[in-house]
Amino acid sequence: MSKEITQTDKQQTAVETAGERANERAATPAVDVLEDETGITLLADMPGVSRDNLDLRVEGDALHIEGRVQAQTPAGLEAIYAELRVPRYRRSFTLSRELDTARIDANLKDGVLTLRIPKQVHAQPRRITVNAG
Amino acid sequence: MFNSLLNHPNSLFGHFDRLQRELDDVLFGLSSLPSSIRSVATGTLPQINVGRTPQSVEVYAFAPGLDASKIEVTLDRGVLRLSGERVKPEANERQRVYARERAAGRFDRSVSLPEDIDPEHVKANYRDGVLQVSIARRETPQPKRISVQ
Repeated sequence: MSKEITQTDKQQTAVETAGERANERAATPAVDVLEDETGITLLADMPGVSRDNLDLRVEGDALHIEGRVQAQTPAGLEAIYAELRVPRYRRSFTLSRELDTARIDANLKDGVLTLRIPKQVHAQPRRITVNAG
Repeated sequence: MFNSLLNHPNSLFGHFDRLQRELDDVLFGLSSLPSSIRSVATGTLPQINVGRTPQSVEVYAFAPGLDASKIEVTLDRGVLRLSGERVKPEANERQRVYARERAAGRFDRSVSLPEDIDPEHVKANYRDGVLQVSIARRETPQPKRISVQ
């Protein structure tokens, strides 16, 4: 009886934490998504995000991108005017089966995240030669 | 100015986000009152935040992917002008484009600074896609006590 209660408590906490994270507002970063024969290239604009503040996760067939903005702010800074109001970017994508999520290559430079998601080798287009006779 | 771009077809929440912002502006932005002659339309890129400490005014422009050597920062009669360019990516025949949301091209934004800034002490740096300009404020003259004879 007590074991069941403990397990329910754990589930509750996991749901609450996920709920909290989802409730934190985040801006949606602009992306470019390009596809060629060997895979997909995704570029996301996340100015103010450094490598330490970037969180990339693959869960099942979903890719989650989250980044925290940390600009250098001197002590006692008081905001006068803000167009970017939340210090966080978040966006998720579902990836199709032929993409090889284990070999994702990520690069973050000057606030631009470049992801290269290759297709599984067997899914890349192949030319099939036809034997005569 | 950045060109307007296609929206990713999947960005349902992006639409809600934008709608919420526009509603905020209409309801709380007092858009019926005259606005500063130098204010700009919502959604102008790059986004700019301005903050103030007792010693300085800090301007942050969120402009990723720029060539730092080509960014221009000028201060003229209390107006800070930031301009730069992000090169448009070359069209590649072999690539299919599913989304092209990221702005490219020249930008040119000006920010009107408070009157007590010291134009001789301005610093700018570009890191992680954020152009940060720091302008020192003139020391406010301390009130002097005058003794009465």
